[in-house]
Amino acid sequence: MKSICFYFQVHQPLQLKTYRFFDIGHQHEYFDEYANRFIMQQLAEKSYLPTNELLLKLMGEHGKKFRVSFSISGIAIDQMEKYAPEVLDSFKKLAQTGQVEFLAETYSHSLASLKSKEEFARQVKKHEKKIKELFGQKPKAFRNTELIYNDEIGNYIFELGYSTIITEGPKHILGWKSPNLLYCSAANPKVKLLMKNFQLSDDIAFRFSVKEWSEWPLTTEKFVGWLNALGSKVEVINLFMNYHTFGETQKADTGIFEFLRTLPKMVFGKSSFGFGTPSEISSVLQPASPLHVPFPISWADEERDITAWLGNEMQNEAVNKLYDLEKYVATCKDESILSDWQNLQVSDHFYYMSTKWFSDGQVKRNMNPYSSPYDAFINYMNVLSDFEIRVKKYCAEAAAVSSPARKKATKKPVEAKLAGKGTAAKAKTKRTASSKTRK
Amino acid sequence: MKVLMFGWEFPPHISGGLGTASYGLTKALLKCGVDLIFVVPKAFGDEEPGAIRLVNASEISIDVQDEVFGEYVKKMPYIEIDSKLVPYSTDDEYYRILESTEKGITREPGEIYSRKFAFAGGYGKNLMEEVQRYAMIAVEVARMYDFDLIHAHDWLTYMAGKEAKRISGKPLVVHMHATEFDRSGENVNPQVYNLEQKGMEAADKVIAVSHLTRNIVISRYGIHPDKVVTVHNGVEPSQVEMDQNTPRHLQEKIVTFLGRITYQKGPEYFIEAAHKVLQRNDNVRFVMAGSGDMLPKMIRRVAKLGIANKFHFTGFLKGNDVDKMFAMSDVYVMPSVSEPFGISPLEAMRSNVPVIISKQSGVAEVLKYAIKVDFWDIDAMADAIHALIHYEALPATFKKYGKEEVDSIKWDQAGVKVKEVYEQFMP
Repeated sequence: MKSICFYFQVHQPLQLKTYRFFDIGHQHEYFDEYANRFIMQQLAEKSYLPTNELLLKLMGEHGKKFRVSFSISGIAIDQMEKYAPEVLDSFKKLAQTGQVEFLAETYSHSLASLKSKEEFARQVKKHEKKIKELFGQKPKAFRNTELIYNDEIGNYIFELGYSTIITEGPKHILGWKSPNLLYCSAANPKVKLLMKNFQLSDDIAFRFSVKEWSEWPLTTEKFVGWLNALGSKVEVINLFMNYHTFGETQKADTGIFEFLRTLPKMVFGKSSFGFGTPSEISSVLQPASPLHVPFPISWADEERDITAWLGNEMQNEAVNKLYDLEKYVATCKDESILSDWQNLQVSDHFYYMSTKWFSDGQVKRNMNPYSSPYDAFINYMNVLSDFEIRVKKYCAEAAAVSSPARKKATKKPVEAKLAGKGTAAKAKTKRTASSKTRK
Repeated sequence: MKVLMFGWEFPPHISGGLGTASYGLTKALLKCGVDLIFVVPKAFGDEEPGAIRLVNASEISIDVQDEVFGEYVKKMPYIEIDSKLVPYSTDDEYYRILESTEKGITREPGEIYSRKFAFAGGYGKNLMEEVQRYAMIAVEVARMYDFDLIHAHDWLTYMAGKEAKRISGKPLVVHMHATEFDRSGENVNPQVYNLEQKGMEAADKVIAVSHLTRNIVISRYGIHPDKVVTVHNGVEPSQVEMDQNTPRHLQEKIVTFLGRITYQKGPEYFIEAAHKVLQRNDNVRFVMAGSGDMLPKMIRRVAKLGIANKFHFTGFLKGNDVDKMFAMSDVYVMPSVSEPFGISPLEAMRSNVPVIISKQSGVAEVLKYAIKVDFWDIDAMADAIHALIHYEALPATFKKYGKEEVDSIKWDQAGVKVKEVYEQFMP
């Protein structure tokens, strides 16, 4: 049977507060508690709670036939626990229906897959554990941050025990191929890939309320008509979108909830489609062909690449400087350091530094608290500089406490090295000075 | 002795050194017994009160029918008799005019020719036209007040000074705080250059803030050397002694650049020198404080060099934060490509911060306890920074004698010298 794979991403970034140079070295509160609480509660009220309620009702009405999948970032879960526990409760209710699959992702909604295999594995494990704890199911399919994927990342994910990955279905990868089939990785045929049908997904997520759009208003009848028109060569329609599409990106008064409410009935009544979740679909279908993805793809922008996060020198610098600290953090046991380390990795911090929006008047996703990418960079680097001081101080103190004997042994070479550096610098200085006098 | 002085900004509404310098100089002149009428466009009402008569140019009405305005009126076709909008009026003035019309208040036929011109104040888009209107108002001011001499600060007010001289026949002194070559390098704005040149030609004396500036005035504007005198700026004594109390939270030495991030200030040389120092040394941080059109480019350069965890940007700093920044600094660098004078190193020294200044600055002429390098010589600059953060004796010496030195550079001396210039013209 042909399936619709309805997948929702639940993520809300943490906003940094305005952190000034003067704060470096003594002010260790980085996040804007007030803004984060406010945004999460707004989202809960406008989007998460009403949509969860609606889905729960639909699952009751249609029974096992209607199934959806979610991935909820650890960052979003943390914020729900803190600011809107009722949202988590309603997700638990959804989980209890047995009609919802929860996918694995990185806890921090991070770019770790592009920077550090070890950190990536650590975050996936942490997220996995959290999902099991909350919803009683161990994730079976994987969704990477921003649907970022390439052959190498596919292998990492496979090593972590996942053989089903959902990602974007960009034209430059698929070419003449259809996104509406199951694929496998050319690098590892055991890795099954579900490719987002961005046309149909974005019709709902982005174009639903655009009155200039020739297809506006979008009705379920029209939408199911499009599904039917795709013909018989279709096996799966991957509709992947942000969960806050419902009630936030598309406000309640656009009719988005009505669309969602009537969609299953229309699908069952007027088409031969059913609903399925990623792991079910990948276990039933045979891959149509291997896909070779040498460079990372994502679901962002027209380019569907990673330049929204790693596209300019500021973003590269910030991300590199952050992951330079990984080897230090790895030895830290301090709760607040570990929690900040996690929260500073959220991809959105780097997204705000993007300069891509300068030329195209594209709608910026997420709420961007900064007036320019430069402000975003300055603020983030100020915070990161303070974090670096804390981490290194912690490591130095830990080393001093744990093994004073060993410290003595290791101290010498370090000292010698430093002294060597110093003399080299002095020698250089002298040279410059003397060459000047000679002139 | 009474002097009619034309400025463009006055504390607290300042965008740069001109306002600070005008303030320091006027205070010193008052001390010497010179009476002043200070004209600025748009007084906000919260300027420091005192003996200076602050004449708000916006409050002077002028009669556009008057013959002397003939030549300006021709250039300003937007002065239309029945328009409710005074060009560039502020919102509140517009509503005031609108309101009076609605209330049915009719103006006397003669009254509509008389207009109050509101100035936007500050450096806006319509600067050139404001400069012209300022000159029109200067004529009115010159008529209303009694004075012996006219003193105009920087090109913005030269036309005003010239017009006031034409009406009153009193001698004109113009003050060069910065030339167009300092601000724009070789890409001078011909309009500005022209105003500067015409102003200095019309003047009876030109005061330059340094020998550097005096040389530019002579060589690039063709002004006769006999007409140009150098009077170095001074520095205001520190008002708050917070240096000792400001807690320092960073272990590393801090090297600071503080100023507008523009071509003139040479920010890129500071970054390159920082990069060189950071390659050898971990125990130092660099700060670029201020904003300006080159800020985005500088941020990108720092990111590209991969030093953003040791090189920080603060954005524009105001009041207290400037003092705080100085108090946190171990070295202050002013790598200006062209700096007529440069008060900021003096402010740094006043806060016990050793300074490195470019040889292309006027302040280099008066300072002994400062390291002087060519702005382009990033090796020498890096070398100097390294020395100041490593060889304790050096900053210790600079702190000890630098503060003394800077305390001796007073506005009072500048005031006396300017008064001497005035006296040449007194009967």
